[in-house]
This record gives sequence, structure tokens and C-alpha cells, in this order.
Amino acid sequence: MEKQYETVIGLEVHVELATKTKIFCSCSTEFGGAPNTHTCPVCTGMPGSLPVLNKQVVEYAIAVGLATNCSITQYCKFDRKNYFYPDNPQNYQISQLYLPICRNGGVEIETKDGEKKVVGIHEIHMEEDAGKLIHDEWEDASLVDFNRSGVPLIEIVSEPDMRSADEVIAYLEKLRMIIQYLGASDCKLQEGSMRADVNLSIREVGAETFGTRTEMKNLNSFKAIARAIEGERERQIDLLESGKAVIQETRRWDDNKETSYAMRSKEDAQDYRYFPEPDLVPIIISDEWIEEIRSRQPELRTEKLERYKTEYDIPQYDAEILTSHKKLADIFEATVALGKKPKEVSNWLMVETMRLLKEHDLEPSDLTFAPENLAKLIDLIEKGAINRTTAKEVFEKVFAENADPEVYVEENGLKIEADDGALKAIIESIVAANPQSVADYKAGKKKAIGFLVGQTMKAMKGKADPGTVNKMLTEILDS
Amino acid sequence: MDLMQLTAVELGKKIKNKEITVKECVEAALAQIDAVEGQIHSFVTMDREGALKKAEEVQAKIDSGELTGPLAGVPVAIKDNMCTEGLLTTCSSKILYNFVPTYTSEAVLNLEKAGAVIIGKTNMDEFAMGSTTETSAFGPTKNPWNTDHVPGGSSGGSCTAVAAEEVPYALGSDTGGSIRQPSSFCGVVGIKPTYGTVSRYGLIAYGSSLDQIGPVAKDVTDCATILEAIASYDPKDSTSVQREEYDFTSALVDDVKGLRIGIPRDYFGEGLDEEVKTAVLGAAKALEEKGAIVEEFDLSLVEYAIPAYYVIASAEASSNLARFDGVKYGYRTEAYEGLHNMYKKSRSEGFGPEVKRRIMLGSFVLSSGYYDAYYLKALRTKALIKQTFDKAFEKYDVILGPAAPTTAPKLGDSLSDPIKMYLGDIYTISVNLAGLPGLSMPCGIDSKGLPIGVQMIGDCFKEKNIIRAAFAFEQTRTYQRPVMAGKGAE
Amino acid sequence: MANVISDETIEYVGILAKLELSEEEKEQAKKDMGSMLDYIDKLNELDTSGVEPMSHVFPVHNVFREDVVANGNVREKILANAPKEKDGSFVVPKTVE
Repeated sequence: MEKQYETVIGLEVHVELATKTKIFCSCSTEFGGAPNTHTCPVCTGMPGSLPVLNKQVVEYAIAVGLATNCSITQYCKFDRKNYFYPDNPQNYQISQLYLPICRNGGVEIETKDGEKKVVGIHEIHMEEDAGKLIHDEWEDASLVDFNRSGVPLIEIVSEPDMRSADEVIAYLEKLRMIIQYLGASDCKLQEGSMRADVNLSIREVGAETFGTRTEMKNLNSFKAIARAIEGERERQIDLLESGKAVIQETRRWDDNKETSYAMRSKEDAQDYRYFPEPDLVPIIISDEWIEEIRSRQPELRTEKLERYKTEYDIPQYDAEILTSHKKLADIFEATVALGKKPKEVSNWLMVETMRLLKEHDLEPSDLTFAPENLAKLIDLIEKGAINRTTAKEVFEKVFAENADPEVYVEENGLKIEADDGALKAIIESIVAANPQSVADYKAGKKKAIGFLVGQTMKAMKGKADPGTVNKMLTEILDS
Repeated sequence: MDLMQLTAVELGKKIKNKEITVKECVEAALAQIDAVEGQIHSFVTMDREGALKKAEEVQAKIDSGELTGPLAGVPVAIKDNMCTEGLLTTCSSKILYNFVPTYTSEAVLNLEKAGAVIIGKTNMDEFAMGSTTETSAFGPTKNPWNTDHVPGGSSGGSCTAVAAEEVPYALGSDTGGSIRQPSSFCGVVGIKPTYGTVSRYGLIAYGSSLDQIGPVAKDVTDCATILEAIASYDPKDSTSVQREEYDFTSALVDDVKGLRIGIPRDYFGEGLDEEVKTAVLGAAKALEEKGAIVEEFDLSLVEYAIPAYYVIASAEASSNLARFDGVKYGYRTEAYEGLHNMYKKSRSEGFGPEVKRRIMLGSFVLSSGYYDAYYLKALRTKALIKQTFDKAFEKYDVILGPAAPTTAPKLGDSLSDPIKMYLGDIYTISVNLAGLPGLSMPCGIDSKGLPIGVQMIGDCFKEKNIIRAAFAFEQTRTYQRPVMAGKGAE
Repeated sequence: MANVISDETIEYVGILAKLELSEEEKEQAKKDMGSMLDYIDKLNELDTSGVEPMSHVFPVHNVFREDVVANGNVREKILANAPKEKDGSFVVPKTVE
């Protein structure tokens, strides 16, 4: 009988925190910017420079720890991880090994067959991100940009509790939702503000001990993660079936080729010589501080979902979609707060917004439109200024460019004239009051209509569409 | 009279009283440097033009009343491991042979705010690793008392510059005795303050948990005055301590009545030169005669300080010096194949043998499987050493002993046997491990004509106790200068 | 010498420390490291059981910075000492992960 294998997976998830400044210096964490324009002596490892810890980093880390049921290490420290690489300006990374800020937590996920399962969190630690290496094709060299060097990260290390790619993705989605709700990070996989390294081993079903694991890096999407897990599982089974051993190593996934290769080289001893960072002092986290952060903790999804149902009278299904992403929930609440009907707001988010996101292959965190503009759009519909078909067209502009619907409708003449009867009455009075112009027109001087249009527009104080006025005048004069 | 024979505070007064100008003072320093530098080599880099230009600026500020402090207009030399914007800063290493910092270290900024005029950067053991200033990549510094002898180290250049009266005062740094031991060898006064008192921002790190910047000068008054100028709470240095007070000069009183002075028997055992012993005990006697209570006691653990120090300092150094890799600044090898070859060649060509020795040792003691046995063991030893001092300071205000077992050895004698050289730091190293303040000052001249130093150690943040004892002892002697300094002497 | 340092160890530490020693330097390093470790082994005489390792001497803790951007663009200064520079970046030999 063929052997049955079980896949054992643990994740190391790096999340870039949404602080304004870097972890150890006052440089901006803003994305983009020309190379090395967001740098200083500290984040470029200049001799004599010293790190000073950003308090917000500690608070975000505690917040994530609390939301993932971790215990907070009330006496915690930073350590140096020593390795040479050009994106690492000091040739050591300030990280935490011995006393990480959070330990022993876990989050609940739902498996494919609908069962609940807890994925344990071994620890969460704080550390600094590295710079970027850009390959210079012309010179066969690499260029080092330290703009990202020192951007704060937390690394969330799970227990080896997952058994399939589906579970891994469910876990990542859960983490992402929690962290986004906390406002601690935007967690974008593609942009690298959330990065997952997969530790994977296989063992025969029923075996008690774990097999030798590998660590897979460079996974930039859920799809890549799923493919890499499948690929690595097969690679390890092939090795074992052919009587070879799995080597404990770090591998890099190439999603285009759907294959991985070992990253280890002779010059890479993987002996990080951790020791306590002498340039930083310990962090003592009091019960009061933890409680303060806990009390500031925003409402998480479960609570929000219940509140939407009771406070806004929103059906379960709608509430689930609205709370599936912090950004959607934020827009929903802000728009409702502007006085719009919850169900109407919910419809725009659930139907049109979701459709457009899917169409453009975007995530809710990519949404850029202001709640004010959604509210204005709903206003226009409610006032009868535009019909629903027009509204959808306008919404696409709101979605794409955060366009102001009132301005857009006005500029593009999309407004339904509020009262055709009133306009008609005015035109008739203008016609009656200007017999000479009417006679000229009827005598073939078609240009005479211009005067009449002008008079009408004047009487309407500009609030009429000149095209419409022209059309109505022609109808009356020609009848 | 020769201006350079005056102390920094005396010069400051003359400048303030318009008896001399800042420019005259700077020119006097430059003249003495011209006269003696060729024999002793105190400096790695001179900044003549910068100093003369600065002299005018400072003079204007003194004249306008903007600068009124005791050091305004007084020239100074800075150890070459403190960053000075626009002025070469090499750590006496080839790997930083061309490094021009774009910012100034906090301690030096504090001096500049006090109106100091920087004359140049002083020679040192490469990256402060050494006790003789012979490991400098730019050649050794020689002792002004006898140029066949070393000046001590690592702040050798700062101490010789003061002893030979090239400058009235200088800044040094002390990781295991690097201010106190060369001060002793050169017959000048040096203070290593309590860890955290002077900001380390801009000090190129050797052993981060041990390094402190401190003053070197001809007398205790200068040292207290300089310390007052450079000490500050610096938010840029997380290990900087917000002290209750930054006043040190009020301890300059000739009164030690009731001051409790402990003499650790362990500091007077095997290995201590007889002449040094006699001179140091003479200092204790002089203080006793002035009313201090002097008694002997057992400090214990003295012999464990050096091995613990070499583990901790080398481990930290191996990491601190990793940044010198030929990518961002400093020396990069000419020809290389690939990244790792560039790293290895740049570092191997850029660092000298003593630095390499300590980086290798530090990397080894932190490597997988050895961390607990070496590094943690050393940190536990450090905790025990701190406890023994805590206990001693329950009974004493000052611990008094030698600064070094001998007077300055001959050039070339120390480097051949590293352990022997390391043993020379036996009386100074535990002070760094425990973070304590320590002072070294002259207390005699041996039969070879070389100065002997006495060390006074205080409890954390109790610099004033040692300053008081040192000032009182100083009143019992006259300052002795090497012949080289005494162009117009006696 | 109680601590005998092998060629492999020196080779390994050289990789960690990014130092390339000549044959002569290696022999010297083996000797030096061995005698230093012998000397350091003196610490084993000391009973340190139950003693907490002390990395910081003072009970200073919670030194923080507020999350406010204070640094502007000082790229020219940052690159001023670069051995090799191009397009506002430091240049290193081609580095492939």
C-alpha cells in the first residue's frame, strides 16, 4: 500500500507596522521616494550612531499580541542578530530572540469543512526591516537603497499547527484582518507590508515526531503560497520515497517557474551570534500600560458584526461582507455617520464596490474614495437629480478617482432637470415677450433663437441646460 | 611665560580677562605642537586652519558676551574615535583612513557650545583596542617623559598631547582603562565618568556597554570643569542617564575630613611594581594626614575582571565593527570577485592584527554552542563584580589603588604577549564592568623618571567623592612636567 | 594549552567575521585564541549558579522616542563617504539572493 503523508506547516509572518517613523530613528517610513532620501546616520549604520526605540512600535506589537491572545512579556529586550549582507547597513539586525514581546497566543480559523481550529502563536517579536537591493544590469552590480532600512516589523511565529494550504491561507487572512482592524498595518502581500515564510515538513500519517523542515521564502501572494506548499510537499515526498533525506535549509520560491532552490551558500554560516543589544535598554511593560492599550483597542470583527445587525438593522450576510475588511467597515460607518441610510450604503459597498474591486483585481485596502463622496452620490439619487443607471456610471468615477459626484454630474450635464414644466412656462413667457425675435426666426433668421436661449437662461439664473432650452424653444417655435 | 604651561581653566580666565586672545592661545598650542610633535606623534589629524578660523569666531562670541564659560576659547584635542563633522575621523585604522563624518559627536558638540577650539584628532590604539597606542595604523605615539617608552593607551595621543603641553586638555574614551592608564603613564589627570554620564552618540563604538568619554588634563580642577561641560542627558543615546546633578566643580574643596577611603589588598599583591606600590600608598597616607579615614579591605574577584572583560568587549566589538565592510564608507579593497570576497579582503586589509584578534575571539565566543559558556558566564561574572563594589561602597566613599601595575613599558615590549598586555589593565577594567567612575592622577616619579599614577574609584554617580579626594591630594604636590613640555619651565 | 583551536574553527570563525587570514595569520590566530580561551576558562572557577547575567549595569528602562518625523533628506551626506556610488545609491558587487 502507498504511504500516506501529512504536511506540517508553521508560518513566520513579517508585518510592516503603520508607524510614521522608523523603529530606531526619526526618518519617514513613507513608500517611494528616490533612493536613500529617507535615511539618516542611524538607519545607514554610520559609525557612532545609536538607536532610540519608537514607542508606537511597542504599542502596536502589544496590540497585536493582545488581539491574538498572547501573553505580553513584561520585561523584554532587544538582541542583535549578526550576519553580513549589503541591505543590512550595520551587518547586524536589531531583533528579539531571548525575550520577545509576545508569547503563547493563537487565533481561531475555520477549516475547509467548516470546523473551527486554533493555530497557535509561538511568539511575536519586534525588529527592523532591511534596505533594498536593486540590480544594475549595466554594470553587473547591485545598488543599495536604505529607505526601507529600519522600517519597523513584527514577526509573528506560529506553531506548526497547519496541515494544508487552505489552513495557511485561512490563518493569514485571519491575521491580516485582525492587524488591519487594529490599524497596525495595511498588510499588503504584493507590496511586501505582509510577508510569509513557510516552514514545512512532512511525516507519515500517524507518526509522532516531525520530519525535517525547510523554510520557504519569497511568497508574494496567497496563490504563490498555495503553489509553494504543494510544490514543497511533493519535493519532500519525492526525496523520502527515493530514500533521500530532507535537508534543513532555506529555499527561495520562484513563482514563475513554480519551483524552489536552496539559498544556502558556503559564505552563509547561518550562525547569527545573537546577544543582548547593548545600545538599547530593557522595556518594562506594566499592567497599567497593557490595560491602557487594551482599552484603546478598536472593536474587532465579531463585535462589529453583532453591532451592525442590532444598531443598523443589517442582515447577517451583509454584515459579514461589510466587516470582512476593516476598510469596508470604516467607509460604511463613516458614510452612515453622514446621515445616509445604512441599507443603502451597504448596497453600494456590497454590490458595486465589490464588483469593481474584483474587476480591477484589487483589495478593499486599496479603496481610496472618501465616504463624503459616496454620501453625495446617495444624496443625488435621493433628490432625484440622477437616476440609478447614471449613478452607477458616476460611482465608477468615485471609485477610480475619488471624484466629487456633484461636480462630476454638473460638469457632464448628467442632472435630470428638476421641473420641465417650470422651464416650459418660462420659455413660453420669453416667446410671448419677444415677438420680434420670434418673427425673425420664423422668417428664416435661425440665429435669432440665440437671443431667446440667452433670455431663458437669464430667467432660469443659469440653472438650465442650454442644449435642453434650445431643444424646447425649437419645438415651441416650430410647432 | 609659556602659555601652554597653564591649565585650561587658567587660560580660560586669561582669555576672559582679555589678557590674551583666543588666537594667541591657539598659536601657542600650534607652536608647541611644531616643537614636539615630531618626537611623540600625538596627532593623527591636525586642523590648523580650522582652529585659527574657529578662534576668531569664538573670540567674537566672547567679546559679545555670548560665551562666558570657563573653557571658552581654550584649545582642545579630541581622540580620533569621536566623530567631528568635516574633520577626518579614523579610529587610527586603515579601514577608516578617509572617513569624514557628516555629524559631530554629542560630547564634542557640548564642548563646542562651551567655546572650545578643536586643534586636531589624537592618535589611539586602533579602535581603542590596546594599552600602548602601538596598534595605531598610523604609527605609535611616544611617551613625552621618555620617547623609548609607550604612552599607554588606548587614549595615548590625548594624554601625550596634554603631558607635552601641545594642548591644555583633551577628550579620551575609556572602555577598560583607556583614559586612566595612559594618564598614569603620562603624568596627567584623567576621569572615566559613570557609564551613561557623557553621551556616546558619535563615539565610534568598541564595547558599547563599557565605553565612556572623559576628560584628560593637567589638574583635577580642569577635569571637573571639562566633565561639567561634556556631561549631558542625551535622548539620542538610550543608555544616557538623566542624573540628578551635573555639578562637579563644587567638589573642588581641600577637605577630606571623614572621607572614607578603602584600599583593596587585592590591588597590592603579586605583579605590582614596588615603586608604584610605595607611591600609591604614599597618596593614601597623604589623604589620611588630611583627615580621611583610610583602611584596607578585601575587594575580591579582581582576577576575574580581565577574562570577563575580554569576552564581553570582544563580543560587542565583533558586532560593532561588522559595519566596516567597504560598502558605505572607509576602505574598500582594490580588486575583488563578488560580494563576500570584497567584504573579506576589505576587512582583512583594513583592520590591524589586534583588532582582528578581538573580532575573531568575539565572533567565536558568540558562535553557536559557546554563547552560554562564555558570554553568559561573563555577564554573570560582571554581576558578581558589581555586587562586590556595591558592598565596598557601603563602607567607603573612595576606593584607592594603582592605575596600572607598572610605569610605562618600553615600545615593543607589550605587543609580543597579548595576555601580558591585557594583565596591565587589571586595576582599571572592573571599573568599566561595574559602570563606576574612576580617576587617575600623578602621585610620583619612578627611578626611571617615569610618572606613577594613583587611581580613585567612586560609587556610581559619586564623581564628586573622587574629585574631592583627588583635589585634596593634588594640593599636597606640585605638578611635574616632562622636559619636553617645559620649554619655559622651572 | 587546554583549548586547541582547529583549522576548521579558524576557517569557520573567519566566515562569520568576514576575515581572510593568511596561513601565517591563521597559525597565530589559533595560538592566540587558544591561549585567550585558556585564560577565559578561569571564569569556570567561579560559582555563578543563580546569578542573573547582567548586560546593563543600571536599571534604566523604557527609553522611547515619539513617532514624529524629524529627519529630512540628507542623502548627499549619507553618500558622502561611499567608496562607490551611483544614482543616489551605494554600489556593491552583484548580489543575487
